[in-house]
Amino acid sequence: MTLKKNIIALRQKKALVQMGGGKKAIEKQAAMGKMTARARILYLLDVNSFHEYDMFVEHEERNFGMDTKELAGDGVITGTGTINGAPVCIYAQDFTVMGGSLGLKHARKITKIMDHALKMKMPCIGINDSGGARIQEGIGALAGYGEIFYRNTMASGVIPQISVILGPCAGGAVYSPALTDFVFVVENISKMFITGPNVIETVLGEKISQEDLGGARVHAEITGNAHFYAQTEIQCLNQIKDLIGLIPHSNQEKAAKIAPKKPTFNKNLENIIPADPKQPYDVREIIFALSDESKFLEVQELWAPNIVIGFGRMNGETVGFVANQPMYLAGVLDCDASDKAARFIRFCDAFNIPIVTLEDMPGYLPGVDQEHAGVIRHGAKMLYAYSEATVPKITVILRKAYGGGYIAMNSRHLGADFMFAWPGAEIAVMGPEGAANIIFRKEIMEAEDQDAMRQQKVEEYIEKFANPFVAAAKGYIDAVIEPLETRELILHALEVSKNKDDHRPYKKHGVPPF
Amino acid sequence: MAKKNQDLVEFAVTARKYKTLLTNKYKNRKAWVDPNPYEIQSFIPGTIIEISVKEGDVVQEGEPLLILEAMKMRNRIQMPFTAKIKKVNVNVGDRIPKDMLMLELEAAEEEAES
Repeated sequence: MTLKKNIIALRQKKALVQMGGGKKAIEKQAAMGKMTARARILYLLDVNSFHEYDMFVEHEERNFGMDTKELAGDGVITGTGTINGAPVCIYAQDFTVMGGSLGLKHARKITKIMDHALKMKMPCIGINDSGGARIQEGIGALAGYGEIFYRNTMASGVIPQISVILGPCAGGAVYSPALTDFVFVVENISKMFITGPNVIETVLGEKISQEDLGGARVHAEITGNAHFYAQTEIQCLNQIKDLIGLIPHSNQEKAAKIAPKKPTFNKNLENIIPADPKQPYDVREIIFALSDESKFLEVQELWAPNIVIGFGRMNGETVGFVANQPMYLAGVLDCDASDKAARFIRFCDAFNIPIVTLEDMPGYLPGVDQEHAGVIRHGAKMLYAYSEATVPKITVILRKAYGGGYIAMNSRHLGADFMFAWPGAEIAVMGPEGAANIIFRKEIMEAEDQDAMRQQKVEEYIEKFANPFVAAAKGYIDAVIEPLETRELILHALEVSKNKDDHRPYKKHGVPPF
Repeated sequence: MAKKNQDLVEFAVTARKYKTLLTNKYKNRKAWVDPNPYEIQSFIPGTIIEISVKEGDVVQEGEPLLILEAMKMRNRIQMPFTAKIKKVNVNVGDRIPKDMLMLELEAAEEEAES
């Protein structure tokens, strides 16, 4: 009979913790348009798969009246579960418990589940919804943050780490998401900043709303801190499910393979790119035409849209796509685009995901702002990332490949395994107009009709040099292919790269330009 | 796509002009302006604590002009070269943004003659 009693007592104790900050606080959370921490976890994980740990952890702070305060789970829920069968570790800060504030024990629950994820080799998902450091705990809270950052760094490149910002995430707290692989934000709910509007107004006299300073849209479009942007929490949680399905559990595995499917996108690859090289198109249509079921999970869609990155499947296996986007800024490389692509390439390389590069770019973005913003340093990140990567690397030159951009977009010279070019590809040191102006300057200047002569020389240059055959003659391009052959050739290239074995000289780690 | 096509602009990368869309960041970028040595601008947002000069003063290189307090630090702004104060655009107690034109200078007369 005593056991029965104990079981009932346990159930009551659990039920109390599961109520978080209580009915009133939960109502307040709902009034803000937010789900509770527990509801978020339960929606994200497979039914009945969530198992919670450290429910009865208590804080040890005795100052400032904290000795009488009981905080359910110390303001954070931690545990393990599965997402469509894939095992994950998860934690969710509970805003209803003292504003989700982070104290030492709260942090230790997080670091414990992170350690578990790292040891058991599974992704770790952190749902952030916290007012910040628990001021009453002082240095204890700071220690807690530091211990989380350290683990984020240790786990980087070993297990995928996902941060979900479903509430405030301010001050030092922002650095855990910044260290993780993917950050998810939701319109009107996510707020991320180092110093909030109040501090900015007091110190600098600048007035700005939380949303304009560090709302979801700001991080998705301006700062590039966020990788996935959603209108609602449900949409956001569904995006996480999609992502988890496409990436491996750890760097020791490959992403799960599913049954191969044909693309469903019905536009012919020969008709997507306009004949006039000055006309744009949406390069995502090329990706749709190549990927299984024409599915593509785009990463950082709104930030630096002049380059497109994201995951799709080919022959059932996950690949990372990197593609210049002529629809925006003519598809140039600039500081943000290089930064965006470089990080993505490094993620793919760390997690055994082959990279397919689709190239159509006119060069680097000219401008004082770009030069002063460090386009040299940022651009170098991309060279570094491609050169360093040892996963299968396949490039298809669709149209333009000029100058430094040609080198940067996974050229043979940086170690591409397969270089394909469409017959209309222009591989040259610069655009034909620019090249003709320099090489034939004298002839053009001396001609009676300068424009006619320039036009003639440009055409001459295109005929002789702005095509794929000069590069193919030197073996820099492996095959000049018809657009409709592209998918088959990529599938074949992936197939024959399965046992790729590529080594790098021993080093503790490189010193990339970041 | 129809709307997008209306927004396409001509965009020059080296000698060729491409039809493309612009990002907000690109549209909002600031055009480069040659710095004018006769304009003293704030390098950080802050508060004017002290002004040591007035209009018409000829100030020697290295002499203090004003104190701009920012991030709990009193930044002493010094005269970059000997010149005359043409205009003072700030008052003590003003809270000013970054890149604000605080003082305008003009060549001191003796310097102009030589």
